[in-house]
Amino acid sequence: MNMLKAVLVLTLSLFISTANAGEKEMKVGFVYVSPIGDAGYSYAHDVGRQAVEAMEGVTTSYVESVSEGPDSGRVILNMARKGYDVIFATSFGYMDPMLKVAKRFPKVAFLHCSGFKQSENMGNYFGRMYQARYLTGIVAGEMTKSNIIGYVAAFPIPEVIRGINAFALGVQSVNPDATVRVVWTKTWYDPATEKEAAKSLLDVGADILAQHQDSPGPQEAAEERGVYSFGYNSDMASFAPKAHLTAPVWNWGPYYVKIVEEVKNGTWKAGSEWPGLAEGIIGLSPFGPMVSQELRDNVAAVKAEIVAGDKKVFAGPIKDQNGVVKIAEGVVAPDADLLGMTWFVEGVVGTTE
Amino acid sequence: MTFELLIPLLAAAVQSGTPILYATLGEIFTEKSGVLNLGVEGAMIVGALAGFLVSKFTGSPVLGLLAAGLAGSLATSIHGVVCLWFQGNQVVSGLALTILGAGLANYLGTPYVGLSAPGFSPLALPLLSEIPVLGQIFFNHDPLVYLSYCIPPVMWLFFAKTRFGLNLRAVGEHPAAATAAGINVVSYRWLGILGGGFFMGLGGAYLSLAYTHLWTTNLTGGRGWIAVALVIFAFWRPIRAVYGAYLFGGVMALQLRLQASGTQLPSSLLLMLPYILTVFVLVLSSWKKGSSEEPAALGVNIEPVD
Repeated sequence: MNMLKAVLVLTLSLFISTANAGEKEMKVGFVYVSPIGDAGYSYAHDVGRQAVEAMEGVTTSYVESVSEGPDSGRVILNMARKGYDVIFATSFGYMDPMLKVAKRFPKVAFLHCSGFKQSENMGNYFGRMYQARYLTGIVAGEMTKSNIIGYVAAFPIPEVIRGINAFALGVQSVNPDATVRVVWTKTWYDPATEKEAAKSLLDVGADILAQHQDSPGPQEAAEERGVYSFGYNSDMASFAPKAHLTAPVWNWGPYYVKIVEEVKNGTWKAGSEWPGLAEGIIGLSPFGPMVSQELRDNVAAVKAEIVAGDKKVFAGPIKDQNGVVKIAEGVVAPDADLLGMTWFVEGVVGTTE
Repeated sequence: MTFELLIPLLAAAVQSGTPILYATLGEIFTEKSGVLNLGVEGAMIVGALAGFLVSKFTGSPVLGLLAAGLAGSLATSIHGVVCLWFQGNQVVSGLALTILGAGLANYLGTPYVGLSAPGFSPLALPLLSEIPVLGQIFFNHDPLVYLSYCIPPVMWLFFAKTRFGLNLRAVGEHPAAATAAGINVVSYRWLGILGGGFFMGLGGAYLSLAYTHLWTTNLTGGRGWIAVALVIFAFWRPIRAVYGAYLFGGVMALQLRLQASGTQLPSSLLLMLPYILTVFVLVLSSWKKGSSEEPAALGVNIEPVD
């Protein structure tokens, strides 16, 4: 009896999937590194996926918790075999496996997030998150009383270091006396360790916490101690309503819709894209009630300057921790330097090792 | 590091040591019956998820805690079936339990990643928390920390003074002699496995209900393995497990605090501290092997009696 049921379900599902293929819908696949959950990095990508799903004649699907490396290659290969037209792989470690699959399926559009390798039909993309970090730095610099701001960070890689530097520059633009203290957790997602790292910063006098992690652990620590904090990736206000100032967030929807449109029209070309505040790919989540209107206006004004291209975050003179000028006056650091950044700006306390 | 930073550091040592303490006590309880269970990590993560879900849907962290313990026992019962009924290899079965537990919890828990649930919050004990220094270090935590203070002495009493406890130890030392004395060896080993699993589940729940109020995949982060090592450090004695757990928790908290205080030491070096300590401690403890209370029949299956 059970066997019969199983066979029945199987045939039915086969029938349904062939019926779908008949309508010539465009199929878009997404690969996530962690479970989607309710907040965080993969969640932000999935919100973008839903915007694509809402497009006419497009269906999407996703695979979550795909570990980086060979496993991801299998998942991407499987999607390509099933006739997906566009595949987005959203974690750094998917780069090489995706490149291999891309060579075998020249008609499929492959897009890789946060990497640097590309081919005829594989492009890469990421967001200029550091611009939003700079804006949160302004908020922190204005609101700190102890002039010590804590930063819970995952791994000392250029992406994270760049974010810390941009944040510190934002802080210093309004409060030159404030320092940013960094604690590395060496994990992307371990709420207990992240919370402990946050507490260690609070113990040395930090009264505002920023984070480059994927969990709201630091938010919880701030809420418990009655200090302020910034979320990351997506709005984390629900985890710490009294502490959450704002969060630098991803807004992938418009970008994903644009890419899928381009592929649909046959105008898509593989390349390297790094959109930012101007394109609306990144932004800030709504401010908490503790952020004054005046401060909100200041942030909005700086944001407008960045969007207009009048203001660059990494415009010299910028010194490193030892006081050595790394970016000379009148020079704007080129993207290549930003992508390979391994030093802290002056005013950051911590090491990049 | 100044004195004002020392007290928060020691308080943090107690807190980050607590989940390890629960798990270590659980493993001691199991190993005392002669069963080696390397599946601590698996039992912890299953307990963490069960505690989180029950607390989320009933709104009661106490029920969540109970569910976590029972889920831990349920997870380790697999180990019992393999080792006690089928005489399976205890090492392999324990490793399988680790992998199974992590896989199961990640699978069932995926829809709840990043959500929060009601949990235990810090509760300063009246009077006790006002003792200078000690009060801040030991009596300014959540209720689960206080609960963990009670378990080691009770477990010590159980092993040293009660008939059940003595029988359990006899089973772990010399199953054949225990059988001859009329002790039901298999039942006592079940008690060891399920009781130990209960404490491991509580250790998991500490992470999802007290340390943080969150669920995420791999929440335990290898703490179950530290517990396995700490059992050896503790010489299978419940009271010594307390030192081991707090020492380890302290070193974990210390490396983060050293970073926060602005040291110029590379963070990769600091991160090695807990593991250097583990090696160091194992070397030290093998010098003093005389006082170890390792059960003689640890890891040895009992042949079925026809």
